[in-house]
Amino acid sequence: MKKAARSTAPERNPVGITTPTYLGMPKFPKLAAPELRNPVLRHNLQMATHTIRDKRAQVVGEVDDWEALRVDGARSKDAALNNLDEHLEELERNLQKAGATVHWARDAEEACSIVVELVQESLGAPAKYSEERSGGETSWGGGEVVKVKSMATQEIELNEALEAAGISAWETDLAELIVQLGHDRPSHILVPAIHRNRSQIREIFDREMGKVGRPAPDGMTDEPAQLAEAARQHLREKFLRARVAISGANFAVADTGTLVVLESEGNGRMCLTLPETLISVVGIEKVVPTWDDLGTFMQLLPRSSTGERMNPYTTMWTGATPDDGPQDVHVVLLDNGRTRVLEDELGRQALRCIRCSACLNVCPVYERAGGHAYGSVYPGPIGAVLTPQLRGTASPIDESLPYASSLCGACFDACPVRIDIPRMLVELRSQVVDQHRGGVPSAEAAGMRAASWVFGNHKRLEGVQAGAAAASRLFGKRTSISQLPWPASAWTQARNAPTPPKESFRSWWRRTHEEPRS
Amino acid sequence: MTAAPRVALFATCFNDTMWPDTPRATVSLLERLGVTVEFPMAQTCCGQMFTNTGYVDEAVPLVRAFVDVFGSYDAVVAPSGSCTGSVREQHQWIAERSGDSGLAREVEQLTPRVHELSEYLVDVLGVVDVGAYFPHRVTYHPTCHSLRMLRVGDRPQQLLRAVRGIDLVELPSATECCGFGGTFAMKNADISVAMGSDKARHIRETGAEVVVAGDNSCLAHIGGLLDRQRAGVRSLHLAQILASTEEDPA
Ligand code: SF4
Repeated sequence: MKKAARSTAPERNPVGITTPTYLGMPKFPKLAAPELRNPVLRHNLQMATHTIRDKRAQVVGEVDDWEALRVDGARSKDAALNNLDEHLEELERNLQKAGATVHWARDAEEACSIVVELVQESLGAPAKYSEERSGGETSWGGGEVVKVKSMATQEIELNEALEAAGISAWETDLAELIVQLGHDRPSHILVPAIHRNRSQIREIFDREMGKVGRPAPDGMTDEPAQLAEAARQHLREKFLRARVAISGANFAVADTGTLVVLESEGNGRMCLTLPETLISVVGIEKVVPTWDDLGTFMQLLPRSSTGERMNPYTTMWTGATPDDGPQDVHVVLLDNGRTRVLEDELGRQALRCIRCSACLNVCPVYERAGGHAYGSVYPGPIGAVLTPQLRGTASPIDESLPYASSLCGACFDACPVRIDIPRMLVELRSQVVDQHRGGVPSAEAAGMRAASWVFGNHKRLEGVQAGAAAASRLFGKRTSISQLPWPASAWTQARNAPTPPKESFRSWWRRTHEEPRS
Repeated sequence: MTAAPRVALFATCFNDTMWPDTPRATVSLLERLGVTVEFPMAQTCCGQMFTNTGYVDEAVPLVRAFVDVFGSYDAVVAPSGSCTGSVREQHQWIAERSGDSGLAREVEQLTPRVHELSEYLVDVLGVVDVGAYFPHRVTYHPTCHSLRMLRVGDRPQQLLRAVRGIDLVELPSATECCGFGGTFAMKNADISVAMGSDKARHIRETGAEVVVAGDNSCLAHIGGLLDRQRAGVRSLHLAQILASTEEDPA
């Protein structure tokens, strides 16, 4: 058994591990442009986020002491994170006792190869299938698995790895199915197809379902009930046929060895109970110390994510139960950058995240930029923090993410586990700036240095103010400027800029409040 | 009767240089309320622009200077939610990060005495009616840093409601960010403008003649958009409305 998670010497950021799909992405402002220029997309996203936002506000308001619950949630996550290795060992012991097999994966590649091998074994693929295949020879017709929505498997790009091994991975969550059939990428943690509207979904179902299974019924309209029915029929045959399921987990309870999945559609329940083999890929930060801790999160998560008092389906399983449910149960504990995040005392709190997506729904930047602009499976405020933490800040997209925020603080207020996202964004910005120190300074860095020099002494500032007062004469009676040269043109593209005043405050003060010097 | 309260005004570099009417109004308001105001000439900047853009090393000397300039005062007042927020919420971290534990201690002692204007008026002076007169239709935009960093709550509205002649109208989606965000306004200019345009639209919908806020940085952004749109809405800092009287209107 590999025990990579604790044995690796964590590297320092920035390391620049960028996953293939997101490799070489441009900076955030560029990626945000298409969404921003598309009024339909923006309208869809605004409607959707505001609806969930309002629902959340309502059910959170019902709780007597929401703040105490938040504090409790943060505390129990911190308790887990501060002694993560102990809790993980406890989890492993209890999982094994209950008949599960535990695997440790250092990174995405390791996790994918563990899962691929497990799937091949359970489906009875010939031994060393991968090698045969790479030699161009294969006697195996491939296989399939069903999946319940999991951020961890998206993060490691498991579907792509399975596909490369001849295994089809069927997403069974409705929104995830829409994304998969549309050859698309997710744009929201909870509602990955939030950028699609009904008629687009109908079109995707109509066009794609038949290629991979039961086609959409003739004459299907874009009524939500009809679309859901088409998905149900399409998925049902996959559920009944599948011998292997792959899941993530919302929580992994250390003192009992129980994994927990919360969902709304029942597809998770099908995946987690019908197949013979169940493989769960679980980030090491998903561990909570005790069964009691779970009570807090069961209140925090549904209210924060879907705006419901309770989610429709909660499935908990502790290893394998004889003659009931999957008999071959595997848990892959995934590091993939998490131990490095854990090293940083301030940054560590990002690992409290329970992926509720409340921060996305209240974020004014996410609302306008859309999820794809964040260049990772984790969009929105938490993505702007977590992605550079996990991948480092070496690539253009990753180093622009900490700046994809106005630091308005709405995310912190919404976060059920009190992750101080604005503060962490500032910290990450300093990391981005510091990694460029020593080389030739950019225009911005040179400007900042000059400004710091000016502000370093009030006499220098007064010199600048005297210059501004002189310049103000050029503008006469005008109070605003509508066009400025680069880089200030970024301001005046849509905003007028004020002309400098005739007299700074301190000159006025000197004139009116200080003893005249004789 | 105790001695007249004495405060040091932290004008903020931005107000001092670009919006002198705001600190001037702060002075006349505080003096009208019997406060002795001092303006330590050596002051410059809280360093927020550097810190929030990631140039934290560049902010260290400014934190040190801030402590040197204001350390001896019982109360420091600033007409800016975000600069007060930077002092209270970031200076400690900047000092600690620089490894200067002496500076961190000094910061820790000073920061609780640094107040944003509405906090100082309501909490320290205990006044809500500051004797202002402003007969106009006004809407208030709570800036993010005063709302979610300093948690000034409804103190500004309490002060505004007590202004004689004012017609204070509620701003729809008031707590939404205006999109300024410091260098965000430049680095992500398109998104910043999209956010600001929604804010400007909401302001226009109120039919207000004046939009008021506690930060001139946000107001420069909002006002710059309104100005470009020829919306005919003036933007004014809270201090200027509170300083306004019949004899000396804003
Ligand atoms: S950061 Fe907080 S609000 Fe955002 S997804 Fe994670 S837990 Fe939810």
